[in-house]
Amino acid sequence: MADKLLELLQQIVNGLSQGAIYALIALGYTMVFGVLRFINFAHGDVYMLGAFVGFYLGPKALRLFSEGPSYPGAALVLLLAMALCAIIGIVIERLCYRPLRERPKLTVLITAIGVSLFLENAGQYVFGADPKSFPEVITDRALEIPESWGKISGLTITVSQVLVFGVTLFLMFGLSHIVRKTKLGMAMRALSFNPVAAQLMGINVDVVISFTFGLGSALAGAAGILTSIQQPSIDPLMGVNAGLKAFVAAVLGGIGNLQGAALGGLLIGLVEALVVGYVNPTYRDPIVFGVLILILLFKPTGLLGASEREKV
Amino acid sequence: MNKSPSFLAVLAFGSLVAGSALRAEDIKVGEFAALTGGSASFGQSSHKGTALAFDELNAAGGVLGRKFKLITEDDQSAAGQPATIVRKLISQDKVICVLGEVRSSATIEAAPICQENKIPLISPAATNPKVTEVGDYISRVCFIDPFQGTVMSKFALGKGWKKIAVLTDVKQDYSVGLADFFTKGIVAGGGQIVKEQKYSTGDKDFKPQLTSIKATKPDAIFIPGYYAEVALIGKQARLLGIKVPLLGGDGWVGDSLLKVAGNSLDGSFFSCHFSAEDKSEAVQEFVKKYKAKYNETPDDMAALGYDSAEILADAIKRAGTTDGDKLKTAIADTKGFKGVTGVITLDAQRNASKPAVILSIGGGGFHFEAAVAP
Amino acid sequence: MAARSKLYLILAVVAAAIASHVLSGGAAPEIPALNAYYYDVLIGIGINIILAVGLNLVNGYTGQFSLGHAGFMAAGAYASSWLTLSYGYALGSSGFATTTIFLLALLMGGGIAALAGLIVGVPSLRLKGDYLAIVTLGFNEIIKGVIQNCDALGAQRGLGGMVQHTTFFWTFALAAVTVYVVVSLVNSTYGRGFLAVRDDEIAAEAMGINTTKYKVLAFVLGAFFAGIAGGLYAHFKQFIHPEGFNFMKSVDVVVMVILGGMGSTAGVCVAAVLLTILPELLRYVSRIEALPEWLRHIAENRMIIYSLLLIILMLTRPQGLFGAVNLRKKKA
Repeated sequence: MADKLLELLQQIVNGLSQGAIYALIALGYTMVFGVLRFINFAHGDVYMLGAFVGFYLGPKALRLFSEGPSYPGAALVLLLAMALCAIIGIVIERLCYRPLRERPKLTVLITAIGVSLFLENAGQYVFGADPKSFPEVITDRALEIPESWGKISGLTITVSQVLVFGVTLFLMFGLSHIVRKTKLGMAMRALSFNPVAAQLMGINVDVVISFTFGLGSALAGAAGILTSIQQPSIDPLMGVNAGLKAFVAAVLGGIGNLQGAALGGLLIGLVEALVVGYVNPTYRDPIVFGVLILILLFKPTGLLGASEREKV
Repeated sequence: MNKSPSFLAVLAFGSLVAGSALRAEDIKVGEFAALTGGSASFGQSSHKGTALAFDELNAAGGVLGRKFKLITEDDQSAAGQPATIVRKLISQDKVICVLGEVRSSATIEAAPICQENKIPLISPAATNPKVTEVGDYISRVCFIDPFQGTVMSKFALGKGWKKIAVLTDVKQDYSVGLADFFTKGIVAGGGQIVKEQKYSTGDKDFKPQLTSIKATKPDAIFIPGYYAEVALIGKQARLLGIKVPLLGGDGWVGDSLLKVAGNSLDGSFFSCHFSAEDKSEAVQEFVKKYKAKYNETPDDMAALGYDSAEILADAIKRAGTTDGDKLKTAIADTKGFKGVTGVITLDAQRNASKPAVILSIGGGGFHFEAAVAP
Repeated sequence: MAARSKLYLILAVVAAAIASHVLSGGAAPEIPALNAYYYDVLIGIGINIILAVGLNLVNGYTGQFSLGHAGFMAAGAYASSWLTLSYGYALGSSGFATTTIFLLALLMGGGIAALAGLIVGVPSLRLKGDYLAIVTLGFNEIIKGVIQNCDALGAQRGLGGMVQHTTFFWTFALAAVTVYVVVSLVNSTYGRGFLAVRDDEIAAEAMGINTTKYKVLAFVLGAFFAGIAGGLYAHFKQFIHPEGFNFMKSVDVVVMVILGGMGSTAGVCVAAVLLTILPELLRYVSRIEALPEWLRHIAENRMIIYSLLLIILMLTRPQGLFGAVNLRKKKA
């Protein structure tokens, strides 16, 4: 009995750590949707670019601190990836989405798909399609749980899992703070309520939108680095699946709602781990999409989302 | 004066005819391989081996007085591509034989097309039995999974590991087939399969599957998958505190395996077709030539790619023609051919009967552990 | 008007019959039979026309952005293959018998796909734009997932061994039928309904138009034709694999619809032809030794070009080649 419980707990840990990654990516999706009412299909690919930034710049960054893996080095890699991804996000918005701001949403959606495909395929061309081995930025190991805690000591929680969880929580609170307490955050919220009124109030829409994209993309970049620490094999298509799952998470939690994105991410991660561990790994993806469809059928605003009345 | 232009014309025409008669038509051989994508390591290696063989053959004058022209197409490790590519090679490029692929699924996809068009196909490394069951134009220069699975199961039982967990890649014919044969071998030898788990090519997170396996406390875990996923599985298994040895098949052979896995696969064993450490003259000669051309040590996919090309050339010599019907018979009649992956004789099902090599992993490289004869 | 399009249909089918006879070298031995590779491309064109015209009904005329068309194609491909593999010779071995089974299989494939279209269409009633797109994508994955878990259908390893029943005639005859059905429908009162749903759903409801009926009809019909296309595909390639019906395949068809111009059947047909030939042209370009390496690489990777095409199209000419939809209009 205790063994079964241990196995369950381990699966929960597995699920939550994967879920934290989905949460981080979902935060970016939900933010952009909240402000701009559009799903940035290319978001998952920014996550992939973050991982590749880490791949190329990682060794150089690490060398500044010590020859091998180190926490300051890892932090630098993380910050670099976030910064570069923010820039990439802003550039994409400027080039591909801003000219289409007045157009029907469908046009932007298709463009976003185009950008996503372009990033993936250009990535395959530039980086090569074969998986690359991500440099070791921290020495990952399982945490020692004292025997005195009983059977739980059989549980494996790795440093990287704790790190991912911690960083996600930190970033989520940071984001929440920015949105609620800063002027730019207020501008973002104003824009999400009523773009025209916001403009009339003197808000520089271009700046706020760029900022939103930059912030969301930075989070995606961070997720890319954190994932690669746990699963050090990166390839240009790694954003496809992660992006889709994160989108499902954002919808599950209530799109436009930050806490919802985090909750949705964790839930999806849990569902995945439990389905793979106890049901059948090949049902994993269909079940996740099944969750998406059920939520959209029965509670389209998501678990934490507010009901939206469509004004005619 | 009038005669000169016509005389020149005749001369020109004559030399043209003579020239084209002297320069015999190249023997066109088609190759399809995963040069890009998740299995690129396989495709790149086998292609390099094949290309090396044809370069050598051409330098020695070719065969039947004709040189080889290798036409290679990339199937991008994607399903659906092999069929299109092979159709093109046969009808557009008019190749006399198709070489490929390393992966069983891709070969099973392309084989019916070759069989239907009466063009022989030689697979360097596809090990699933279904490949040659397609028809008599299809053959391979490697052993098949029933043998490989038995080899590994006997090895495991021999080491005293009786409770084994199996982690299969359900997206690959190869993995499913090999797992099946291994399981039969274990059960027949008195062992027990304590857990069967699955994943798909392209997955990155295996902790849920590994956690479920860990709970059954196996003596060893058999992972008959491809190198990209195996590397991650190894890493995650060790992090989860799974200390038992990991076992695998020839799908493990990829240059990124150890780069990604680090030392997490130390103490693991897998079966394959070739070891560069083999001291025999043929192997060392091959290794030297390969290193000279590509500046890296060949792996078994490269060696098999080389052998597949050499066997084709040998068969053409024996048949005396590139005609599909006679060529396929000559290929099937290959007996005692001294390849770099061993002495190759094709049996009645056109599969090669050869020893398997078991390698161990340690110290950042592969080491020869044992050779098992059929 | 209706009589004229019926005439066109009959002409098209007769033309397909003649063309197929000529191309197989039967008409006059001097006309060389078509090389298998070109034949492959031609059949591909026919299949893509059916896919694109069907999707155009959903995306173009009814304005429901579906990203899961490949799922319906898969349903048709697998259902029809199952029938011919299990009962291919149930009526005997004669050409007539096997062709009859083949046609029945196509119908069954279309039917199963239409059922899938119904299942997808109903939940989609409440969704719009982005949400709808993602849900259809999700359904595509679910259909793929069902196939991947079904051992009788080959699961993840694929299904093969189908007899090559698909001929030039059947492909293009069915393409002609597809075009006929869609065009006739669009030019009828149903067409007004579809367009009304696309242009302004709330206004349409207010006018008493049963938007549910039109949306579901569009999905079901589009799916039916995708199923037929899937059956034709399966019995030509003789091997199908779940990964061949993934999101990328759906995107392929979507690009055709967008390039052709959503809401223009003619445009979509032209786009289907262009985009079937394009990858093969690119394959040749990538082999021309004279070109610089990077150009050849990009030619090899047609998706880079497709994606750029999408972006540039949306930025400069969102209505595509022949598009009727005014995608430039500003929302009030």
